[in-house]
Amino acid sequence: MVNESRLHVPAPPARPGQPPDFSYLQLSPAGALPRPPTNASWRDSGPMAYGLIRVLDEAHRAVGPWDPKLGANDLRLGLKHMLLTRLFDDRMVRYQRQGKLSFYMKSTGEEAVSVAAGMALQPEDMLFPAYRNQGLQVVRGQRLVDLMCQLLSNTADMCRGRQLPVMYHSAPARLFSISGNLATQFPQAVGWAMAAAIKGEEHIAASWMGEGSSAEADFHHALLFASVYRAPVVLNVVNNQWAISTFQGTAGGEQTSFAARGPAYGLPGLRVDGNDFLAVYAATRWAAERARSGGGATLIELVTYRAGAHSTSDDPARYRPRDEAESWPLGDPIERLKQHLIGLGEWSEARHQELNQELDGQVNAEWKEALTFGTMSDGPRLNRDLMFEDVFKELPEHLRRQRDLLRAELAGST
Amino acid sequence: MAQMNMIQALNSAMDVAMGRDPNVVVLGQDVGFFGGVFRCTDGLQRKYGEHRVLDTPIAEGGIIAAALGMGVNGLRPVAEVQFADYVYPAYDQIVSELARLRYRSAGEFHAPVTVRMPCGGGIRGGQTHSQSPEVLFAHVCGLKVAIPSNPYDAKGLLIGAIEDDDPVILLEPKRLYNGPFDGDPNKPAVGWNTHPKGEVPADHYTVPFGRAEIVRAGSQLTIIAYGTMVHVAAAAAAAMGLDAEIIDVRSIVPLDVDTLCTSVCKTGRCVIAHEATRFAGFGAELAATVMENCFWNLEAPIQRVAGWDTPYPHAFEWEYFPGQARVTLALKAAMEPK
Repeated sequence: MVNESRLHVPAPPARPGQPPDFSYLQLSPAGALPRPPTNASWRDSGPMAYGLIRVLDEAHRAVGPWDPKLGANDLRLGLKHMLLTRLFDDRMVRYQRQGKLSFYMKSTGEEAVSVAAGMALQPEDMLFPAYRNQGLQVVRGQRLVDLMCQLLSNTADMCRGRQLPVMYHSAPARLFSISGNLATQFPQAVGWAMAAAIKGEEHIAASWMGEGSSAEADFHHALLFASVYRAPVVLNVVNNQWAISTFQGTAGGEQTSFAARGPAYGLPGLRVDGNDFLAVYAATRWAAERARSGGGATLIELVTYRAGAHSTSDDPARYRPRDEAESWPLGDPIERLKQHLIGLGEWSEARHQELNQELDGQVNAEWKEALTFGTMSDGPRLNRDLMFEDVFKELPEHLRRQRDLLRAELAGST
Repeated sequence: MAQMNMIQALNSAMDVAMGRDPNVVVLGQDVGFFGGVFRCTDGLQRKYGEHRVLDTPIAEGGIIAAALGMGVNGLRPVAEVQFADYVYPAYDQIVSELARLRYRSAGEFHAPVTVRMPCGGGIRGGQTHSQSPEVLFAHVCGLKVAIPSNPYDAKGLLIGAIEDDDPVILLEPKRLYNGPFDGDPNKPAVGWNTHPKGEVPADHYTVPFGRAEIVRAGSQLTIIAYGTMVHVAAAAAAAMGLDAEIIDVRSIVPLDVDTLCTSVCKTGRCVIAHEATRFAGFGAELAATVMENCFWNLEAPIQRVAGWDTPYPHAFEWEYFPGQARVTLALKAAMEPK
């Protein structure tokens, strides 16, 4: 029984068993969109908010005004960061399947979104990531072993066992603590940027969230505060098409683009090919330059595809075609940058294989090191007293008492 | 009678309610095509259409506000918040709007909204998938609040909630979705198929709000618990060989004061158990109620068993969870002679 009513209910173009269909996706040819000066009015961003900023063309050549003209060394570094992110993700999912991790979320297919943006920002810029931005951790030089120890909640866990896997942080690397609650970091990044402006600092903030999360009120708080106070912040919506089982139309992507929310608040909006390393880099650079020079915030929509499951607790075969990822029209970010470098004569299949092997060895070696600090079930464990610390700066009397009660409880039960 | 786990029982409740009343609609994140991340709404969209089972944007505040508006316009919305830990963006809509609409409009407006949310720990969910926020709703005037401990009650309470003209918050202990849990994570999981409360009528019935259930009659002391802790406390008392009277509160608001206090006045001893943090937890309300009504019959101080006053830590799930060891210490203290 299907009720007919006047209510419009968005439906994804394809469900399991149906052929993938991305005809809804508005594409622009590479190089087609203009690049206004970074001090242009938000009104000039119209074409960029609805079109798609792309640099790499079908033949993997960099074309058009958004080409950031990066040197081969930077391109190879970007490729290396993306490849490392993917190998790390793949192996962590495997270890979760083997019961060594309680949970994991991979970023497969979305590596350029984090890596290119991370490289386009300054090391002192403050980043407010979401839970699928591990590429930012890699770009900022976080050691895999430190990330793995967080995943394992072991004795070297930066979160002291408090957080679910992937909820990393690093104050020295200027990577804000990742929250499991969606969208909360977006307006916080704006507040950080407002403080930078108040204090006269030149550093800017950047934040990321999924297109699904943009339904939360916090997204709108972020855009409003960023616009009102012209905060030096780069706000990124990663449109990976799927929020667990709901497609981007359910988040409001059916009638307009996510980038177009920017102009509605008086902010420029850039809609970018999120699988085009060069386009992501260039758009981030544009927004960062604008923010740094007092022009305020930019909203960037990164059009990409969540090639994997939402998390290790999810099975996307239940709600989308199994082969949808292969039909994604914007390809794979690693493959595209690799082909670009090969086309430039700066890379080869053989060197790629070699790098792949080297990085896989690195992931393996760091995992072995991480295990020496314990796992959820084996080896050294965090001191249980830590459970009561950091609730407040000083341990209050009632928690001191509860800590002692837990000691008694554990002594009694062994 | 059919055998159901709690997920199937909740699903059956919504199915029955939707079949009887075309105004019942279900909305929430992933509840439609996918059938919910815990499968509680599985098949409902296929059966009742995507105009009555709505996949919503990820916006808890929007979900509750829209449910309120639908309720004002004659529908009976059942809103799912994917995890209780994610309800806070909706808190203003629940506290300032949903709970008070009838009061502020002198009864001219009301919204018969049911809000379902999985709660509680024991699934390695860390601080963002393990919370027990029942007291945050119990403290708000105008909300009915219930927490089932078994499939039979889950279905009966949910149908009752949907048919109730007042807003209801139904907290579903997700560790109990697939089977009872006595607090020992090292034991193999058991299903509801061998539990008497896993027998659930396929058709319509309700479990009334404001009525606790005496799960086990006993003489030595009274254990007041709800949700997962009903099973944990029962196991701990049994292991000690205590003849405990175990009461499942079921309905937090309204509270069945008579059943609780008649029992404590009889036994003279009382242990209160919940998963939520101890400080200003619902146990404090229960303890005060017992004190006011049973003071002259008490043989020992009332004991509270609860989660520690910290966020729920991923690495210390079982040190945090109020398991049998913590219950046992409280039982011993409550059994101390005068």
